[in-house]
Amino acid sequence: MTKRILIVDDEPNIVVSLEFLMKREGFEVAVAADGEAALKSVEEKRPDLVLLDIMLPKKNGFEVCQLIRANPEWQSIKVVMLTAKGRDTEVAKGTALGADAYMTKPFSTKDLIAQVRQMLDMD
Amino acid sequence: MLQGWVIASVSFAYLGVLFAIAYFGDKRADAGRSVIANPTIYALSLAVYCTTWTFYGSVGRAASTGIGFLPIYLGPTLMAGLWWFVMLKIIRISKANRITSIADFVSSRYGKSQLLGGLVTVIAVVGIVPYISLQLKAVSNSFTILLHYPEIVMPARTGAQPLLQDSALYIAMILAAFTILFGTRHLDATERHEGMVAAIAFESLVKLLAFVAVGAFVTFGIYNGFGDIFDRAEVVPKLKALMTVADSGASYGSWWSLTFLSMLSIMFLPRQFQIAVVENVNERHLARAIWLFPLYLLIINIFVLPIAVGGMLHFPDGGVDADTFVLTLPMAERQEALALFVFIGGLSAATGMVIVETIALSTMVCNDLVMPVLLRWKALRLHEERDLSGLLLSIRRWAIAGILLLGYIYFRAAGEAYALVGIGLISFAAVAQFAPAIFGGIYWKGGTRQGAIAGLTAGFAVWIYTLLLPSFAKSGWLSLDFIREGLFGMTLLKPQQLFGLTGLDEISHSLFWSMLANIGCYVAVSLRKRPDVVETGQGTLFVDVFRHTEGAESSRFWRGSAQVQDLLPLIGRFLGPERAQEAFLAYARRRGLASIDQLQANADLVHYAETLLAGAIGGASARVMVASVVKEEPLGIDEVMNILDEASQVRAYSRQIEQKSRELEAATGELRAANERLKELDRMKDDFMSTVTHELRTPLTSIRSFSEILLDDPKTNLENRKKFLAIIVKETERLTRLINQVLDMAKIESGNAEWHTAEVDLHEVLEESIAATSSLFSDKRIGLSMNLAGDVPKVKADRDRLIQVMLNLLSNAVKFCDEDRGQVTVRLSVGADAVRVDVEDNGPGIGEADQNTIFEKFRQVGDTMTAKPQGTGLGLPISRQIVEHFGGRLWVESSPGEGATFSFTLPKDGEYDARKEER
Amino acid sequence: MNRSIITGQRLAAVFLLGCVLFNYPLIALFNKPGELFDIPLLYFFLFGAWAILIGLMALAIERRKD
Repeated sequence: MTKRILIVDDEPNIVVSLEFLMKREGFEVAVAADGEAALKSVEEKRPDLVLLDIMLPKKNGFEVCQLIRANPEWQSIKVVMLTAKGRDTEVAKGTALGADAYMTKPFSTKDLIAQVRQMLDMD
Repeated sequence: MLQGWVIASVSFAYLGVLFAIAYFGDKRADAGRSVIANPTIYALSLAVYCTTWTFYGSVGRAASTGIGFLPIYLGPTLMAGLWWFVMLKIIRISKANRITSIADFVSSRYGKSQLLGGLVTVIAVVGIVPYISLQLKAVSNSFTILLHYPEIVMPARTGAQPLLQDSALYIAMILAAFTILFGTRHLDATERHEGMVAAIAFESLVKLLAFVAVGAFVTFGIYNGFGDIFDRAEVVPKLKALMTVADSGASYGSWWSLTFLSMLSIMFLPRQFQIAVVENVNERHLARAIWLFPLYLLIINIFVLPIAVGGMLHFPDGGVDADTFVLTLPMAERQEALALFVFIGGLSAATGMVIVETIALSTMVCNDLVMPVLLRWKALRLHEERDLSGLLLSIRRWAIAGILLLGYIYFRAAGEAYALVGIGLISFAAVAQFAPAIFGGIYWKGGTRQGAIAGLTAGFAVWIYTLLLPSFAKSGWLSLDFIREGLFGMTLLKPQQLFGLTGLDEISHSLFWSMLANIGCYVAVSLRKRPDVVETGQGTLFVDVFRHTEGAESSRFWRGSAQVQDLLPLIGRFLGPERAQEAFLAYARRRGLASIDQLQANADLVHYAETLLAGAIGGASARVMVASVVKEEPLGIDEVMNILDEASQVRAYSRQIEQKSRELEAATGELRAANERLKELDRMKDDFMSTVTHELRTPLTSIRSFSEILLDDPKTNLENRKKFLAIIVKETERLTRLINQVLDMAKIESGNAEWHTAEVDLHEVLEESIAATSSLFSDKRIGLSMNLAGDVPKVKADRDRLIQVMLNLLSNAVKFCDEDRGQVTVRLSVGADAVRVDVEDNGPGIGEADQNTIFEKFRQVGDTMTAKPQGTGLGLPISRQIVEHFGGRLWVESSPGEGATFSFTLPKDGEYDARKEER
Repeated sequence: MNRSIITGQRLAAVFLLGCVLFNYPLIALFNKPGELFDIPLLYFFLFGAWAILIGLMALAIERRKD
């Protein structure tokens, strides 16, 4: 069964690159450009994993993560946070809010793919 | 029929009881278990104020003037309200300085002046003698009347009686003997007589009971209560008149002056000072007395008017003196026992007054009049006497006998001229003369010895002239001419209408002139020169007594050298060697020393010795005596001023310290604020760094991702490859732009930027900027309109920088405008001293709160956490820096939903230069 | 003795009250013929005021907190 991945980022170029990478790995990909769209997409598409940027319009990544974790039906969804702000406090905050992994931009595409695969128990 | 011997033996029995009480009181005091350590006893003993004058005289005065007897008691009631401040202060001063009489008090206050002490003593003796004679008269009269029981016979004129048959002479002798026994059995440094006080308190009870008994008998025995008496009085016009007073200014005036006079008397009669101040064992007792003593006065006055009215109804023909109603009414009703009790009540009122008054006066006479003279009389060689205590006691005994003798002489000579109340008021007016010197002395440091002497002398002289001499004249000692015609026939000098002043009764008249002279001289002479060293020292001790006594024993304004072995024998000479030894030992123990030998003869010890001695021989004499053994180095005025200066410096320092601590607090506050500001800056820097890295990392992310994708998979199709490479190029440009802007900003802020200043034509700048951004407008299909004034002066600026500002404003406007509906207007206008450029858009607008923050670095509209910023967030801060560099202003006007207008001004050419020169 | 200033001020206020009560013109108000409870008006006023003053002083003294 094909795993579904939701990419949430407001930088169009980053979205393009992530989408390309994930599709190449054979995932089914959905895209959202802000926090609210992301939640709507989670509802509709029930992704297995979310690549979540933090600095988003409307609802930031922390809030989105928190809302995903607040819904019992969505407990199995993996959340990987992506951020350009590499401060420790933000890593800690993301982890505390229920993110499963945290990656700092710019990331290595290989590491990202490895991380995603591991999360989805594909290795 | 009451036999003379019955009356006499009852009287002696009563005196015996008194003596027993006094003896018991003294024994208990010696054993350290005081019987008078009780506020009620203190209050009762204060009732020594009520003499035979009250006991017999009030009724007499009520019979002639109605309520005229009341001010004598209302005054003390009012004064009691001020005791909390005034009396407490006097008591505290007296205890701190071992003051033993009113003369001592005045002389101590004004630099321990012997002259002043002597003057006060003379005034007191002269003023009080008539008062003592009044007691003799009352007792003698009442004895004579009672002797004729049941007949009611008024005593004959006293002067008519042969000397040896005059009961008053014997009464005076008995009282003298009794007082000597009471008051001078031994010498005490504090001049306290606990046994006597106990006896006085008992006497106060006896006279109160006797008076209330006779009052109740008259009111409820002879008549049927108050209503009955007053109803009967209603029908007799003469009595009806007593129920009101004359409704005239003079009568209210004399009412007021009597109240005032008695307010002063309750403080300054020597016997009141003795009981209230000298005999006070504990300051706390004063509190109860403040209301209990007035209550006593109220009770003893309740029946005065009923007795007066009753007596006048009972003896309508006027053949019975109203002063005797208290005694004659029970006699007329054949109440033998009650009459005898009344007599004893009167006797107790008289003895109480005489004992306390003569003891007080004899102390003053001895300490302030006789001893100073004897001590100066070198021929007597008193300085070499080993033990002077015997001498002191005998002086006092003779003084007591002498004062009573004077009282008797006055009685024989002048006793008939005045009713009882009249005589008493003469004494009141005399002691009132002490008021300015004492009140001034405890509240005003500026009062001087010379001022006090002048005031007392002037007041006393006026009193003699306006009150005492006329009383002599009325007694037949002097020709009445000088009253009627004035001295030397000058009408202006009529003693009872001085300078033509009429309309006042004689007491008010005398009180007014004597107080005017007294206060006037006291103040005027005191103000003539500054108080000297000793006066300043004593003035400070008195006025600031609470400050001095509530701390430790303060160091005195004194400096000198003394030896314990000199001081001890000196004190011993006056108190007896054993007492002196005891006193010094007690002093040493208080200091935690084992024996006298260990004592240091410092200023405090010398002061202690002096106060011990002051108890025995008065402050002024004590000072002379101590000075004889102490090598005193008198403080010069300079040194005292230094001491005072130090005190004021300390005050100044403490003010400075307060000031400093306030400044410190302020500085702390500023530091705290600065610290907050620093923290804020730190946080901002942190945010800045975080934001910068974010802005750098974002394009890097895309660049790295696509580079890796292309690297991993060389076989990417051409279309994707082109697309990805285009993104990489674009993001690289973005990265470069950002780095340039950060560096640009840093250069401008650090002042290292290069400026190519020249004459700039703004038309050109605007046109060029618009041309450069026209593709942005057409891409989003946003309208652009221009409104440029024609003749615009050139400005001095950097052309490229201005273009940078315009590009920034234009691209911002485009960014925030909706596609298709967007409309941007550029305006150029000329103001009074500046050229102005506006860039207006119809985008979402900017909230008021954000209108300032947008000019901060990386602060874009909206929360940076939620709103993805477009652009670097450095454009506006850089633009503002540029405009301000050229002396202009950049700001925004906007309200949300209605677009925003960014405007900047630049000074017209020339004005910018002028402004620059000013800087 | 505790120099409680407030007590001293209360007593001084009683003193001032007394000065007013026992003086012209208040006293003139009652200086007229007539009786109250069988007591001549002026006497009733003076003794009544006197008793009230004493009561106030007693109150100030005995109810103070030392």
